[in-house]
Amino acid sequence: MSKTNITKPPSGRGSSAPVLELSGINKHFGPVQALHQVKLSLYAGEIHALMGQNGAGKSTLIKVLTGVYPADNGDIRLRGQLIRPTSTLHAQHLGISTVYQEVNLCTNLSVAENIFAGRYPRRGAMGGWSIDWTRMQQEAKDLLQRLNLDIDVAQPLSSYSVAVQQMVAIARGLSISAQVLILDEPTSSLDDDEVERLFGVLRQLRDQGMAILFITHFLGQMYALCDHITVLRNGELVGEYAASELGQGALIAAMVGHELDASLGATPAAQSSTAPTADWLTTRGLARSGSVKPMDLSVRQGEVVGIGGLLGSGRTELARLLFGLDRSDAGEISLNGQLVRMDCPSTAIKLGLGLCPEDRKAEGIIAELSIRENIALALQARQGLWPFISRARQTEMALHYVKALGIKTSDVDTPIGQLSGGNQQKAVLARWLATQPKLLILDEPTRGIDVAAKQEIMNEILTLAKQGMAVLFISSEMSEVVRVADRIVVMRDHAKIGELPAGSTDHAVYALIAEHA
Amino acid sequence: MSASSEPLFKRLLAHSLFWPLVTLAMILVVNASLNQGFWVLQWRDGHLYGSLIDILNRSAPLMLVALGMTLVIATRGIDISVGAVVAISASVAALMIGGTLVINNGVPTHVSRFPMPLAIVCALLVALFCGLWNGLLVAKIGLQPIIATLILMVAGRGIAQLATGGQIVTVYYAPYFYIGNGFLWGLPFALFIAGGTFLAVHLLVTRTALGMFIQAIGINPAAARLAGVRERLITVCVYAFCGLTAGIAGLIISSNVKSADGNNAGSLMELDAILAVTLGGTLLSGGRFNLAGTMVGALIIQTLTSTIYSIGVPPEINLVVKAVVVFVVMLLQSADFRQAVRGWVFRPDSSGGVA
Repeated sequence: MSKTNITKPPSGRGSSAPVLELSGINKHFGPVQALHQVKLSLYAGEIHALMGQNGAGKSTLIKVLTGVYPADNGDIRLRGQLIRPTSTLHAQHLGISTVYQEVNLCTNLSVAENIFAGRYPRRGAMGGWSIDWTRMQQEAKDLLQRLNLDIDVAQPLSSYSVAVQQMVAIARGLSISAQVLILDEPTSSLDDDEVERLFGVLRQLRDQGMAILFITHFLGQMYALCDHITVLRNGELVGEYAASELGQGALIAAMVGHELDASLGATPAAQSSTAPTADWLTTRGLARSGSVKPMDLSVRQGEVVGIGGLLGSGRTELARLLFGLDRSDAGEISLNGQLVRMDCPSTAIKLGLGLCPEDRKAEGIIAELSIRENIALALQARQGLWPFISRARQTEMALHYVKALGIKTSDVDTPIGQLSGGNQQKAVLARWLATQPKLLILDEPTRGIDVAAKQEIMNEILTLAKQGMAVLFISSEMSEVVRVADRIVVMRDHAKIGELPAGSTDHAVYALIAEHA
Repeated sequence: MSASSEPLFKRLLAHSLFWPLVTLAMILVVNASLNQGFWVLQWRDGHLYGSLIDILNRSAPLMLVALGMTLVIATRGIDISVGAVVAISASVAALMIGGTLVINNGVPTHVSRFPMPLAIVCALLVALFCGLWNGLLVAKIGLQPIIATLILMVAGRGIAQLATGGQIVTVYYAPYFYIGNGFLWGLPFALFIAGGTFLAVHLLVTRTALGMFIQAIGINPAAARLAGVRERLITVCVYAFCGLTAGIAGLIISSNVKSADGNNAGSLMELDAILAVTLGGTLLSGGRFNLAGTMVGALIIQTLTSTIYSIGVPPEINLVVKAVVVFVVMLLQSADFRQAVRGWVFRPDSSGGVA
């Protein structure tokens, strides 16, 4: 990345003891050892990365550190004092502030209320019996100003985009004047500009002597920001490194445990299969006011079509339209030349479509149902109430996909909500693969999951495409789109602006988008 | 008696039904200690008689309503109109069967206005329609379930009173009394209706995918819809079924008291039903549900009500007594509360807390 002119100041290492020191941390859930003898040292004035695959124990470590779970044993020392946080609130009082991966805010409250929830500035007699709204809003405004965010803090949070909500969550983390700031995947819904702004603030905080623990799956961002790296694998400490001394390849090897094939090696699926098959799905002038402008699209069997475009370009809306989640108000869809009416998802599924939604938590998983039931759900829904897929058959199916996709779990009867993000995503993918769809629409299938899982999912997709399944691939990571797609449909402002062949670079996509500005 | 419940008890020790059953047993024991002859069962005229049989018979309507309510609650909904639907169904049946006593040649005979099967079918159809109405308001219009069913809760009593002209309609037709007072193989017939309905629903949710779909809808409706579950259709059907069970309960109640009172039949039954569902271990937040638990919950409530009457609690405070008992039972069934009590009794391990 391009922040080479910013020289990293010498961290406080060597001159003083660590601000936060964890040693010998053990934690197990039932028979699963989530953390085993993990240690971590965090010094003032450094940004420290915590890296590892999904399920490596990063989130568990953070939760132990912030009092969500008690550790089985091991010591946590803050400035040399042994502490034992019993709740996040307790951790905050001790000076450890956390911004969690999922936005944990109340969307119906105002921005200012969210930032100061539980710590409202008071005024009036007897220790302050009323909330000082003016001061709260002014302070909220000042805090957001530090993130270069100028919004009306009296508005409810729901009136802002997810990216802004994420910034508000970070502002909340910053407002707790802490010695230690923990950020768990704070950038997954931010665009490049916003990431830059956030990094600016973090560097400023570091220079003021705060210790920052930063968790991300984006290796580039990690190298741009962090001074030291602690790597976890399968709940165990792999090692602690200086960022400048650990190359990207070595880092991935440390995380995964073996060398990954250079991720650029994947080839577009159908390039090899030369015989062009007929179009399976075609749309003509398909549109819905306010979400997709008239769209002509065709997808052949065995073809991976990438949708290139920026956030808000109408990619997700297109997927929803094709899958019957939204009704179109103009144009037509035909499958194999036959006109069809996509009026609801169950129709789309019967016709052979599948959709892995963008928001896994809200639209993908049924958290309290087991992995087994989650995987069987779409197939069962297609069959209707009867015949019922027996429990034995469900288990067999689930075990098959657990093995095929490498879903990490000891038991397919575990509620899916207990899996890590990447494994949840694989299970949702398995749900669709079980229906053997003719066209699978993947909306951000690799968001928030680690390098190895990403690679596994992509490989699986390409294998399936080779077997004749058509794939519509939507991702914010343009490099991913160009790598797997046989053809890239570029969107901008809710309309298709062109197509690029396989092998185009992501620059070509951006150039096309810029051209139509 | 205790000999037959002993092995059952052991089997259920680790079961989700354990605490509901413990609660029921405790109320029964209290009942028995205050009421001599509580356990006594007598065989008279080919029927079983006794307090227990009486409780079983009286709890049948609540069991039915609570079964329908369980499925509604599992979809993350609630139906507070069931009491009104009970009244409507009771009124329709009572009106159609007839309130006249005809004397032919000096012999008084009971004549129904319409054939009884027709009356029953009509009453159930009206109840089913009430449920459908609720379901459509919730699933198609998108009203909050509590508001959607509030409409029928308020309007339903009005409709029932309109139908009966504000009067209590008395039924003079002996065959109809069988539903609520009759005996089959020595046991109350109403119990067979409730048991049969339970069995049917149980088979439907375990032997078809219905149970899985209802849970999926209750936990995450958006994801269920996206996975192809016909979420709206199932929701409408579940509310319709809830209306139907309330209708059957209405028939039993009107048959039992040989009349229909549009104003009081099934009064506050919605609350008892919700309570039965909750006591049975189904969360009001939807998702996982427990039909057998609901049946036990209904028994708990009916036993409690019977106890309060039989031990002679003054009528003006019996609701307060009931509320207190329900409160204690709820605390007892909460795992968190039990944990906390354990914490009060045994000091929590504080070793290593402070350096």
